[in-house]
Amino acid sequence: MPQRRWIWWIVKPVVFLLCLAPIALLLWWLQTQQLSANPLDDITDQTGTWTLRFLLITLSISPIRRITGWNSVIRFRRMLGLFAFFYGLLHFTTYVWFVQFFDFNAILEDIPKRPFITAGFTALVLMFPLALTSTKKWILRLGGKRWQFLHRLIYLSAVAGVVHYLWLVKRDTDNPLVYGLILIVLLGFRAWFHFVQPRVQRITTPVAR
Amino acid sequence: MLIGKPSNIRSSEITDEEVYRNRRQFLKAGSLALAATAASTFLPGCVTNAAESEQTAPAAKGPYDTTETPTPYQAITTYNNYYEFGAEYSLPAKNSKNFKTSPWTIAVSGMVKKPAEYAIEDLLKGLTAEDRIYRMRCVEGWSMVIPWRGIPLASIIKKLEPTPSAKFVEFKTILAPDQMPEQKTNLLPWPYTEGLRLDEAMNPLALFATGIYGQTILNQNGAPIRLVAPWKYGFKGVKSIVTMRFTDIMPKNTWAVATPSEYGFYANVNPNVDHPRWTQKTERPIGQRLTLTQIAKGEVPLKKTLMFNGYADQVASMYAGMDLTKLF
Repeated sequence: MPQRRWIWWIVKPVVFLLCLAPIALLLWWLQTQQLSANPLDDITDQTGTWTLRFLLITLSISPIRRITGWNSVIRFRRMLGLFAFFYGLLHFTTYVWFVQFFDFNAILEDIPKRPFITAGFTALVLMFPLALTSTKKWILRLGGKRWQFLHRLIYLSAVAGVVHYLWLVKRDTDNPLVYGLILIVLLGFRAWFHFVQPRVQRITTPVAR
Repeated sequence: MLIGKPSNIRSSEITDEEVYRNRRQFLKAGSLALAATAASTFLPGCVTNAAESEQTAPAAKGPYDTTETPTPYQAITTYNNYYEFGAEYSLPAKNSKNFKTSPWTIAVSGMVKKPAEYAIEDLLKGLTAEDRIYRMRCVEGWSMVIPWRGIPLASIIKKLEPTPSAKFVEFKTILAPDQMPEQKTNLLPWPYTEGLRLDEAMNPLALFATGIYGQTILNQNGAPIRLVAPWKYGFKGVKSIVTMRFTDIMPKNTWAVATPSEYGFYANVNPNVDHPRWTQKTERPIGQRLTLTQIAKGEVPLKKTLMFNGYADQVASMYAGMDLTKLF
């Protein structure tokens, strides 16, 4: 189906560029002084928020596919997951660069000391094996089942990310709780699908992760 | 006074000529504007200062002024922690526009010889306002340099004559949920309450601020009158004050009530006591223009936080013998 392939050659790059929009906008706002008086904290906050958003978007792919039967949506999952990792790396870079200014002793001291940093660092570390094994080659090397099992680490990463956000705020917990609620719904869907849906159905379609 | 030693000053902190010139122009403009309204001011002391600064530039430094470059007015008035008007830094400037600061009364009560409900004009009558350029260190890890105008708190307290049994003074922000949207929520226990030990309140650094950059203080900064205690974290600076109560019991300040594991009564700036969320070893001076090029060159504003925010010479003796890691 050469025509369908042609469509993907358009759609994927468009989504790719859309995923880059948050960082492009941030840099534009920085350069044109549209951020607050504390632009470095704004960049740290925004890259963190987008990491969490991309994690949740990635986690919503399987439920969307199950509910709508739109199987092609799975083609975006890897890219979206890698963007979560990309923003996570940027977020960590802002911490290393803007917050600690490459003082690696202070960073090593800080990670276990402050609970919200511990949670955030955990969320990032858990994304590394997923990013590294995101290629088709790695799926073959590990075998589908083991690969899928490994990639369930994204659940833990997202939980750690929400906890990181929750422990960061002082009193205004509304935003992190909204992210937490969405995550509960997304993970709850999987639990429901796994335990409540009849086994027969799962055999006919590949297991969602 | 202890200010940054030359070795502590990074190239990014050194003021360039353009900024310096602009600052002089700004101060000049501010003082001219003030001179125009001098006749109506109830703070005669300011007029002299303004007239001086108009002729002699840079403006004469007071004994407690820092020599660091003041944060731009725009930043001071748009990046605010004033939860009553919203829990994001940008919100107080937007949500406080219609806040009513006149008429304004301050209720003085407790262990004091002259308890009364004072109109703000009466409370400040006969007292001389001063310009003070202070560092301000927020507990959330950023700092500014703010040219305050205000009345030394000691002179107000002397006028009120606390009795010998008074050991503390407690301040409260106005409770006005119809004007302060967050007071309708339980974001914090309202009204915002803060306190100082009486000797802290009498310290020459403690100020009741009524202005910034020579202009009347704006609502988002705590109009019409707010506390400034520059050796303490910013949250001690209770805004829009309506009560002063003299007492012999340590007042329960809002953040210490809300999150006792994180905030204490004293809240002295202390790089050796970390907050669970923010490192207190360093701080980010904010408000100056920052470009991508500067960031790429590594000119990221960050500096070491000093004990008592650099005011140890003026305040350290008050805490002699106290374990400040426990009494944070």
